[in-house]
Amino acid sequence: MAETHSLQDIRQQAAIAAKVFIQRDYTNGTVCQFQTKFPSELETRIDKQQFEETVRTLNNLYAEAEKLGGQSYLEGCLACLTAYTIFLCMETHYEKVLKKIAKYIQEQNDKIYAPRGLLLTDPIERGLRVVEITIFEDRSTGSGR
Amino acid sequence: MKNCEYHQINPQALSAPNPTPPPLPCTEKKITRPKRKWEVFPGKNRFCCDGRIIFARQSGVLPLTLGLILVTSGLFFIFDCPFLVEHLSSCIPVIGGVLFVFVVISLLHTSFTDPGILPRAGPDEAADIERQIDSSGSSSYRPPPRTKEVVIHQQVVKLKYCFTCKIFRPPRTSHCSLCDNCVERFDHHCPWVGNCVGKRNYRFFYSFIVSLSFLTAFIFGCVTTHLVMRAQGGKGLILALQESPARYPFPLLELVVCFFSVWSILGLSGFHTYLVASNLTTNEDIKGSWSGKSGSEGSRNPHSYNNIFTNCCVVLCGPMPPSLIDRRGFLPPEDALPAAPTETVLPSLEAKSDINMEDSCQDFAVSCAGEHQAVFTCGSGGHIHPHEPCPIDSSPPPSLMLLTYTSSHSNIRPAVLRIPAFPLLWCYRPASH
Repeated sequence: MAETHSLQDIRQQAAIAAKVFIQRDYTNGTVCQFQTKFPSELETRIDKQQFEETVRTLNNLYAEAEKLGGQSYLEGCLACLTAYTIFLCMETHYEKVLKKIAKYIQEQNDKIYAPRGLLLTDPIERGLRVVEITIFEDRSTGSGR
Repeated sequence: MKNCEYHQINPQALSAPNPTPPPLPCTEKKITRPKRKWEVFPGKNRFCCDGRIIFARQSGVLPLTLGLILVTSGLFFIFDCPFLVEHLSSCIPVIGGVLFVFVVISLLHTSFTDPGILPRAGPDEAADIERQIDSSGSSSYRPPPRTKEVVIHQQVVKLKYCFTCKIFRPPRTSHCSLCDNCVERFDHHCPWVGNCVGKRNYRFFYSFIVSLSFLTAFIFGCVTTHLVMRAQGGKGLILALQESPARYPFPLLELVVCFFSVWSILGLSGFHTYLVASNLTTNEDIKGSWSGKSGSEGSRNPHSYNNIFTNCCVVLCGPMPPSLIDRRGFLPPEDALPAAPTETVLPSLEAKSDINMEDSCQDFAVSCAGEHQAVFTCGSGGHIHPHEPCPIDSSPPPSLMLLTYTSSHSNIRPAVLRIPAFPLLWCYRPASH
């Protein structure tokens, strides 16, 4: 017999201990970059290097999305010539990279963060303002199967 | 040992309402269709076509703008083009047509595109920011500082805290009081297009005003040429006006509209060309953020590339950023929460194990049964129904994945009893057993 349980149910059943928000880093202007400073709340859960690696990769992916180069200019000029109607039918380069980012975050959660009781939220769901990391309580007394 | 297997299923496939409604004491007879985020959007915007089109609540004089363009262009095509095609060239209506189409499409794009609205902070994020502000504040009776300084390309920039959106505004972001949103790279709120002009629609706005200045100048030139050519027959201007098929008022109407438009629109295009070339916004230019009027010495625009061509390319042909407000995304469905806890958690009262979370689950299920509405709407960008408290952490789940839980046991125990330390993580672990 199949039962459906919402992810929210299960999340709430594993109590959320805390949430950490990695803020944006504006030293290079308005490009989307996040601070690589390691938050103290995560010290007991994950390696500093691992965390920094994740954030750095995310930053590189966002830099790739916002890169000013031949491809973005071509896209921009083509869009201008077609009176921007091309945006209605074509996926922009930025949107393609956002999909890559979503996949990367899923992968990181699968391999690294979930086993440690952490959960990364895709920044696009927070308006590209923060990387939200949910810390779940360490219920090592759970009886499992 | 249970044989558990988790599969990810498409939440949209489950949008049909539950056929057996749960026997809740405070069952609310609500429509069970999943809501889209635009329906609970906190700003003062209006939406069309199920969230595909967005515009400001006050459409300003957009109908007037459209009306003027349509009427003037219509009169031009009807009354001036036939004469000019006959006496001058047949490419006149073609050029006029192309310009007209470009103007209207740019205008519609400017008016109906999300200008770069920043979604408001969720309750957790807002609380975190408040904590940081309070911890950095002094112990005196002064209120804690609501500005943050960052260094951008060796230039100190102050970021202000937005009390409505509960965020520190990123650089170049401003809060539009008409739309009640923070808009990235806020230029201005344009009543003529009935929308804010910001990061995502500035290029549409610029192409609108440039093409409109070409169009008005073109129509002005054509109408003038038409009247001059008619008057050259030795008849004089007044007679020419009376004789022309447009009759007396129409060519004058076109002339007057175009004359005033040409000066104002050309002036505006020139101003915005200057802004584009220096990578400035109208807001920054008026406030004098980088010209030293605001008091800081030696301030220069840290966002400029110090090259006119690069600035133009970046502003007009840069990558198109996505909309951050996810208008057409779904809110978590309201019927999933009351159904799941009562079917799976209530029976666990009899089959209690010594895991603490069942107690909290039960409490949660009962408390949430009447407040499920709050749980989901709270998460939608910080918009909270004042009459419904949020008992728990209510930010929306990172991704809505409904898990199909299959069990080989005939005596079905609720999943609650079997979930190990990090139940969430089952959905991320490959189904290996």
